[in-house]
Amino acid sequence: MKNAITDSLIITKRQLLQLARVPEVLIFSTIQPVMFVLLFRFVFGGSISTGQPGGYVQLLMPGIFVQTVAFTLAATASGLAEDMKKGLIDRFRSLPIARSALVVGRTLGDSLLNILVLIVMAGAGYAVGWRPTASVLSVFSAFVFLLMFGYALSWTGIYAGLAVRDARTVQNVSFLITFPMTFLSNAFAPTTGMPKALQYVAEWNPVSTMVAACRQLFGLENQFGATANSFPSQHPLTTSIFYMILIMVIFIPLSVRKYKNSSN
Amino acid sequence: MKSVIAEHLVKTYRKGEVKALDDLSLDVEEGTVLSVLGPNGAGKTTTVRILATLLKPDSGNASVAGIDVIKNPDKVRELIGLSGQYAAVDETLTGWDNLVMFGRLYHLGKTASIKRAEDLLERFSLTESARRPIKTYSGGMRRRLDLAASLIVQPRVLFLDEPTTGLDPRGRQEMWEVIQELVKGGVTLLLTTQYLEEADQLADEIAVIDHGKVIARGTSDALKKQVGGERLEITVENADIAKASEIVGRISASAVHVDIRTISAPVLTGSVALMDALRALDEAKIHPLDIGLKRPSLDDVFLSLTGHKAEEAEAKA
Repeated sequence: MKNAITDSLIITKRQLLQLARVPEVLIFSTIQPVMFVLLFRFVFGGSISTGQPGGYVQLLMPGIFVQTVAFTLAATASGLAEDMKKGLIDRFRSLPIARSALVVGRTLGDSLLNILVLIVMAGAGYAVGWRPTASVLSVFSAFVFLLMFGYALSWTGIYAGLAVRDARTVQNVSFLITFPMTFLSNAFAPTTGMPKALQYVAEWNPVSTMVAACRQLFGLENQFGATANSFPSQHPLTTSIFYMILIMVIFIPLSVRKYKNSSN
Repeated sequence: MKSVIAEHLVKTYRKGEVKALDDLSLDVEEGTVLSVLGPNGAGKTTTVRILATLLKPDSGNASVAGIDVIKNPDKVRELIGLSGQYAAVDETLTGWDNLVMFGRLYHLGKTASIKRAEDLLERFSLTESARRPIKTYSGGMRRRLDLAASLIVQPRVLFLDEPTTGLDPRGRQEMWEVIQELVKGGVTLLLTTQYLEEADQLADEIAVIDHGKVIARGTSDALKKQVGGERLEITVENADIAKASEIVGRISASAVHVDIRTISAPVLTGSVALMDALRALDEAKIHPLDIGLKRPSLDDVFLSLTGHKAEEAEAKA
């Protein structure tokens, strides 16, 4: 057990070393969300009326936080697919290390990367007028919540990477799923403007429940389009936790099994 | 003592449609080098993957250093080194980073890992490029680093799966020297290759495999003897092929092989056969472009064992 933990941490350290050796990756993975903050704040911010004290940016930031965390799963998946293709996974599997180390180490590394990106984004948000009104503890717990969501999602990335085995394909596939998921939600615009059927989809979308939960934790009243009295829009925190557990219950065993059988 | 034993291994893919291994058995004596020789798709990699605990066979048994690879894979992993067809190292990291990381994964501890990494870099002439990302390495350097990574803990048994495939002649030569050095150190080595010359150079014993089966095994010399002694080889103008073949057929005891304009056939006593051939050709007024005796190569071995050339099978696969 002790070895399993140190082995995982060595894999995590490998990922950090990669970032240190190729800093461009880190730079671009932070520039993109910061760019989104600026674009949405200044391009759409003016034309979306929200009635929110402090303006659109208060509603926008939780949305962008969730989106960014969701997008990192593509990097998880493509990184793992690349390792598979290069034969690195085989090498790890031929070492006397815990079988779980490689995947667990990777999910931990992704979480660390998420921490960094979230800090940079919070700074960018602050610079363009984002001011959470809740207590420090509540704001902090929102970030913990975001990291937990990111951690759960990285397991879907692990599974996708092991299943697809081609870095570029899996990156495109992940993007094809996460992109509409983040937009078909309450993250950037009120769901009330959507066709009725889509509203339901949007309200049950885990991205929406996460965004709504974060907004709550940042101290917002305005839920940005929670019109239906649906359960997720009334209990975003509970629903989000349920989703995270569901994702992990499904994808952790699937990923571990896939990893163990990855050469059969 | 046998360090590696594989008994009746069977492995199929796609629900039995593709038979990668078809009752394959082999063994390696401790401290010796066995080369598994065969074309692409013969089952070389599958064999190595099973022995290195990466793959489970459908049936059959295998053990490494006396330990069952199927029942006790974790134990086996502590005793083996594996270097595959591709350089399985992290390309974004430096050579030093990689070796230290693998050292830590072998639980060597930080200081020992660094020490070991530096020793190995030195030994494989990689010290100068130790701090550069692997991406910038040449093919030969990558393979050497990959090999170094499989030697972090002195493995009892080393598996090298096509260690020189894709390397240029110089890289191949360097790799051979490194492997020969290792062998002198007494490691038990199972090496797969599609290059007959490589098997000839490095191995004590050769197992020729084709379609997932061992079709012949023995020392390089024994295998060559199996094909027959020397061969008479004559190259002539197109117009003379038929006549020359007939002459060679008279001199040789067995079948004549014609490849473009080169006619060849095994002969019993080389020097006598050569003189007979010259006389007969002269009488027939045929002027050979080239004539000579050839000691059988492993190419010939493969050809006579499988009925096709190693390269032909590769092209089909």
